[in-house]
Amino acid sequence: MFPELNNLLNTTPDRAEQGKLTLLCDAKTDGSFLVHHFLSFYLKANCKVCFVALIQSFSHYNIVGQKLGVNLTMARERGQLVFLEGLKSAVDVFFQAQEKPHPLQFLREASAGNLKPLFEFVRVALKPVDSGAAGWTYPVLLVDDLSVLLSLGLGAVAVLDFIHYCRATLCWELKGNVVVLVHDSGDVEDEENDILLNGLSHQSHLILRAEGLATGFCRDVHGQLRILWRRPSQSTSQRDQSLTYQYKIQDRSVSFFAKGMSPAVL
Amino acid sequence: MATVATCGGDAVGVGSAVATASKSNVTSFQRRGPRVSGTNDSGPRLVSITGTRPSVRNGQLLVSTGLPALDQLLGGGLAVGTVLLIEEDKYNIYSSLLFKYFLAEGIVNGHTLLVASANEDPANILQELPAPLLDNCKKEFDEDVYNHKTPESNIKMKIAWRYQLLPKMEQIRPVSSSRFGHYYDASKRIPQELIEASKWHGFFLPEKISPTLKVEPCSLTHGYIKLLQFIQNIIYEEGFDGSNPQKKQKNILRIGIQNLGSPLWGDDICCTENGDSGHNLTKFLYVLRGLLRTSLSACIITMPTHLIQNKAFIAHVTNLSDTVVGLESFIGSERETNPLYKDYHGLIHIRQIPRLNNLVCDESDVKDLGFKLKRKLFTIEWVQDNYLRQERNIYPPGFSYLLKQKDSAWGEGSLQHSTFLMSFLAKATAFASRLVRHSEPLKQTGSGRIRQAAGPRLWHDGRRQEAPGLLGIPP
Repeated sequence: MFPELNNLLNTTPDRAEQGKLTLLCDAKTDGSFLVHHFLSFYLKANCKVCFVALIQSFSHYNIVGQKLGVNLTMARERGQLVFLEGLKSAVDVFFQAQEKPHPLQFLREASAGNLKPLFEFVRVALKPVDSGAAGWTYPVLLVDDLSVLLSLGLGAVAVLDFIHYCRATLCWELKGNVVVLVHDSGDVEDEENDILLNGLSHQSHLILRAEGLATGFCRDVHGQLRILWRRPSQSTSQRDQSLTYQYKIQDRSVSFFAKGMSPAVL
Repeated sequence: MATVATCGGDAVGVGSAVATASKSNVTSFQRRGPRVSGTNDSGPRLVSITGTRPSVRNGQLLVSTGLPALDQLLGGGLAVGTVLLIEEDKYNIYSSLLFKYFLAEGIVNGHTLLVASANEDPANILQELPAPLLDNCKKEFDEDVYNHKTPESNIKMKIAWRYQLLPKMEQIRPVSSSRFGHYYDASKRIPQELIEASKWHGFFLPEKISPTLKVEPCSLTHGYIKLLQFIQNIIYEEGFDGSNPQKKQKNILRIGIQNLGSPLWGDDICCTENGDSGHNLTKFLYVLRGLLRTSLSACIITMPTHLIQNKAFIAHVTNLSDTVVGLESFIGSERETNPLYKDYHGLIHIRQIPRLNNLVCDESDVKDLGFKLKRKLFTIEWVQDNYLRQERNIYPPGFSYLLKQKDSAWGEGSLQHSTFLMSFLAKATAFASRLVRHSEPLKQTGSGRIRQAAGPRLWHDGRRQEAPGLLGIPP
């Protein structure tokens, strides 16, 4: 969790909004720091988190999480975190015939599959338990990242359906949050990815867009972050306001500053 | 607390080895608690895998790519458990060389090799590996390196003293004791006895495919399934995965896959622009990466990306691999005759460096890199250093070009040279003092450009002060 980003978004783990879809998007840079932020944010907010990690292994997230002050191993043991490790599951799905459908069953299927098993996994993972022993506040689904699903042969519509189902269950029914990361292909024509990105931009409440600098690589400024709120009914001054900050990723935190105000330039 | 590459009981060993080795380094990766391999004797158990070393940055076990200059650019080496994707140059000349360096490095270090190819018998590939320059050939090597060095890079630079701070490529000399990263002589073949002593597995696609076999309806091309099963079999049987402990000394599996995605693999991405067709390859990469992540192995893949019709697909492939390096040779392009590139055979693009156990990656500041295949060595140099930067910022136009011509009357050490330098320095000093008189706050930036600062007297402490530009000549 990066305190500076919390300030920009005007939120803290104690008073986070519920029932929202947050879209993280990166173009020409790596937006994974945002995923790490939201993972540690919601773990600190005492939420029940289901993390669909398709791009890295558990130990990667765990070590970065420790730098940000959360322990994923413990969270997983406590039952707070449900972690689906895509890379590991892919090997299992591929080499072992499974009796019951695996969340990533589509890897094995010849035809373009759907994400029903994955949604089922998420639904079961985040289903509220009545036991009352675990006092998790609200459920959160985190996906890193949806573009991998497209790469693996799913159609954009299948992924959008999946998100739609998740939103209906999580955001509306359980008053939880959904956070997803999508790569922006930028100049390259990638029809499926554009459909997915536009579709998600249309329905998300908050869009965080990390972009590489237009001028290219810089050692002291790693990119810029656009924050776009899409609040339905508020005063016009508040509506659709967009903010742009530049950022520099450090070892355990990210510092944000106004455009052109990097300490290295001044 | 484990490294990415390993899992289960294995991870503990690697982690502790890393911690003991990197104790003195300033890194956030610190192992808490007592050492597990806690005996007092010096050697941590796992660092003793030959040809590996822990990364100072993220605690990941690294192997060399067989090209020390490339290792340096990739943040010390290739992390165990990751994929290095080489985008082939147009005629697959230099990329196959990198491929062979990677395998030769494995042979020299005694790693197990797995070579997969669709168009060349792996046994033949092994025969053509370059010969390592070991200690007995070191003298020869030194000559080769230093004869080719431009003289101004060896002597202490006086005029362009700012450049002393710049990173130097390709200047680490092979230390006999270091077993990480060797140099190779591309003009000689590897000694036969080294190949015979090594342990390797070959996967030659035409041999493995039997047309009569009934194919289980699956999402992948038949060749890819066979290769994945082959790799998984070897990883499992020889205990490269942590769950099945190796009986003897732990070892690294180096996997090399040649021309992946070419039509010979039975893949049609090179032929059609249809969006559907690429998913064979991406699924293959994904499962392969899953296999690597849980085993002591590293993989190099060369891929003819220039053949792939659907450009969006290359972005997908990049996202699904860890390190991506692109080669662009000048053969047949108009850059071959461009005087700017006359010293190089091509450009090397570091497209992606993985972020492992870390928020940031070890990105090198140097972006414009060219490569050259010398008589024996493959070298990587900073293209812009030599010409553009000097020409634009430090010297008047054309001056650095004269400096380069060491045999000309204008070359280093000649009378004209020193006269020119004197007059140049005088002009620069005059210019600087004029600026200072007018007290215009100016600031030298890292890229060598002079920029207007936001306000007067905003000199910051830190690195910049140590390397002031033209205007900050110390008294």
